[in-house]
Amino acid sequence: MNIVVCIKQVPDSDKVTIDRETNRLNRAGVPSIINPFDENALEMALQLKDEHGGKVTVISMGPPQAEQALRTALSHGADEAILISDRKFGGADTWATSYTISLAIKKLEDVDLILFGKQAIDGDTAQVGPGVAHFLDIPMLTYAKSVEVTSNTFKVNKVTEDGYEIWDIDKPAALTVVKEANQLRMPSLKKKMAAKKAEIPCWGFDELQPDEEKIGLAGSPTKVSKIFAPPVKLNKEILSGEPSDMITELIQKLKEQHVL
Amino acid sequence: MSTTKELWVYAEQRDGKLAGVVRELLSQGQILAEKAGFTLAAVLPSANGAELCQELYNFGAKKVYTIDDPKLADYQNDYYSRAIAQLINEKKPEIVLYGATTIGRSLAPTVAVMVDAGLTADCTELDFDAETGNLLQTRPAFGGNIMATIICPDHRPQMSTVRSNVFKKTKISDNEAGEQIDYSVDLSGVPERMRRLESVHESDTNSIDLNAAQFIVSGGRGVGKPENFKIIYDFAAELGAAVGASRATVDAGWISHHHQVGQTGKTVCPVVYIACGISGAIQHLAGMQSSDMIIAINKDPDAPIFDVADFGLIGDLHEIVPEFRKQIAAFKA
Ligand SMILES: Cc1cc2nc3c(=O)[nH]c(=O)nc-3n(C[C@H](O)[C@H](O)[C@H](O)COP(=O)(O)OP(=O)(O)OC[C@H]3O[C@@H](n4cnc5c(N)ncnc54)[C@H](O)[C@@H]3O)c2cc1C
Ligand SMILES: Nc1ncnc2c1ncn2[C@@H]1O[C@H](COP(=O)(O)O)[C@@H](O)[C@H]1O
Repeated sequence: MNIVVCIKQVPDSDKVTIDRETNRLNRAGVPSIINPFDENALEMALQLKDEHGGKVTVISMGPPQAEQALRTALSHGADEAILISDRKFGGADTWATSYTISLAIKKLEDVDLILFGKQAIDGDTAQVGPGVAHFLDIPMLTYAKSVEVTSNTFKVNKVTEDGYEIWDIDKPAALTVVKEANQLRMPSLKKKMAAKKAEIPCWGFDELQPDEEKIGLAGSPTKVSKIFAPPVKLNKEILSGEPSDMITELIQKLKEQHVL
Repeated sequence: MSTTKELWVYAEQRDGKLAGVVRELLSQGQILAEKAGFTLAAVLPSANGAELCQELYNFGAKKVYTIDDPKLADYQNDYYSRAIAQLINEKKPEIVLYGATTIGRSLAPTVAVMVDAGLTADCTELDFDAETGNLLQTRPAFGGNIMATIICPDHRPQMSTVRSNVFKKTKISDNEAGEQIDYSVDLSGVPERMRRLESVHESDTNSIDLNAAQFIVSGGRGVGKPENFKIIYDFAAELGAAVGASRATVDAGWISHHHQVGQTGKTVCPVVYIACGISGAIQHLAGMQSSDMIIAINKDPDAPIFDVADFGLIGDLHEIVPEFRKQIAAFKA
């Protein structure tokens, strides 16, 4: 079984801060990581491979340094990696990203399953998985927690707001994977060494031959018009001291404000 | 570009019941439509559309496009996206709003690529710029560290998803007038590539729904151990509040994930949110920051939760929360 996992390299958002004067992200020194949800997609692929054999290919679109995320994925057990990178792809929103990634997947042979993280933590859009699936014209389910393989279909447990659903979906299929699915295995030392040396092909404009109007900034319907720091609360009151006094004071204030 | 100058709200239904977020989207949609001079319409794919129309009129829809088709009885991504895309291509609305539910987050991005439209996810503010015709879509990015306003100048429709409890719902009356327009779609060419075999609802019967709650008491790692969540539950019961939790406590298995508030949990907007032993990581704030009032209880005066709190109580929650409960009980008596 051939499985493709799409992984995105993202800044570790726990460590991103904003410069309140310039409204720019302080990205210097912020480490890049594999989008946490993509780790779950990768582990799902590795487990399916353990059980049914086949090959796991990881794909990432991004600047040249995204190669690092791909090497990390190889050290965890992925078999092959492909980087999608070209200056012309820069500034892509989820629409243009979906289109570009779909062109790369079209070049691969006999893909049975394409896995995505539930969402990327930098943009939190959760749009690339459904987008790629549509460009490839294959069925797609979001929020997958587990998968079973049957002869021509996958049986998928999908999380909903208040429970779950079981779906039967034809091959080839696309799924976005939730965190509850699993936890990514540790990298092995041997694979780490191999990952360092692995050849990672880079596919750009010439390899993918995209429609020029559908890529990069120009191919992106959405544009960022403004970036600003989230507003802070001004009139806050901080109380300390004896619990009973604090609560008495608080309840008095809540009464004044007609909350109680 | 010729359009019918309509603003649409996707009227999500499950088992014949409208999703709560639909009413909120209509209320916000009405404000935007007025500003823009558009007609507010709802789009309702289902098997029993007529029954739900009145509710949609009551929240501001002037028109409801019903699409009745047996294939649309339950949500199925291929059928639904095709139906909505067909309607969009024919009627060319200016704006389409969807709830950022598990359904909306599957439907909206699929439709976006089908109809060549931009889509902005999880908007927390929507405004209309009458000069440019742009929908100003503001949303948090990088886990809530920054806010970005997104526009979509050259593509129509402009589409956004919005999580529940971001906008307030306002019913106009119980008998608003509106027009139902039956629309039929041709789904014969859409292959059946996926089938729902089972649908299971796991409701947490002994707890109040976080989405509907006026008061929420949330516990974080500061609660200390699973048994101590009793302090939180008891206080919540006294207040008539729902119980929320940080991801750290969910990950530790102290409480079920249905209670998780935040970026990867629920977005809530109660009248009062009481955070007990929660540090206030940006991902947690993303889910509760728009609460009307925030009360934080934490023993660390530098905890970031105090940055968003209206009232901050510095101290041990194991002393403060039971005291709070006692005094609330006395107040009620
Ligand atoms: C991609 C991603 C998504 C995430 N999504 C979410 C999400 O949806 N929701 C979410 O909540 N988190 C989320 N997180 C996790 C988030 O970053 C934090 O790790 C988490 O919110 C911390 O939970 P906490 O505040 O309970 O724990 P801690 O950060 O450990 O804070 C515990 C707090 O309790 C205080 N405390 C300790 N003892 C006491 C006491 N006796 N009395 C009073 N105070 C006390 C401490 O001072 C401290 O401030 C996400 C993280 C990532 C990377
Ligand atoms: N640049 C990218 N390269 C590879 N995969 C991506 C990229 N962007 C998004 N994805 C995949 O799509 C998922 C959803 O991303 P997003 O729509 O940006 O929230 C991620 O979890 C990844 O699996």
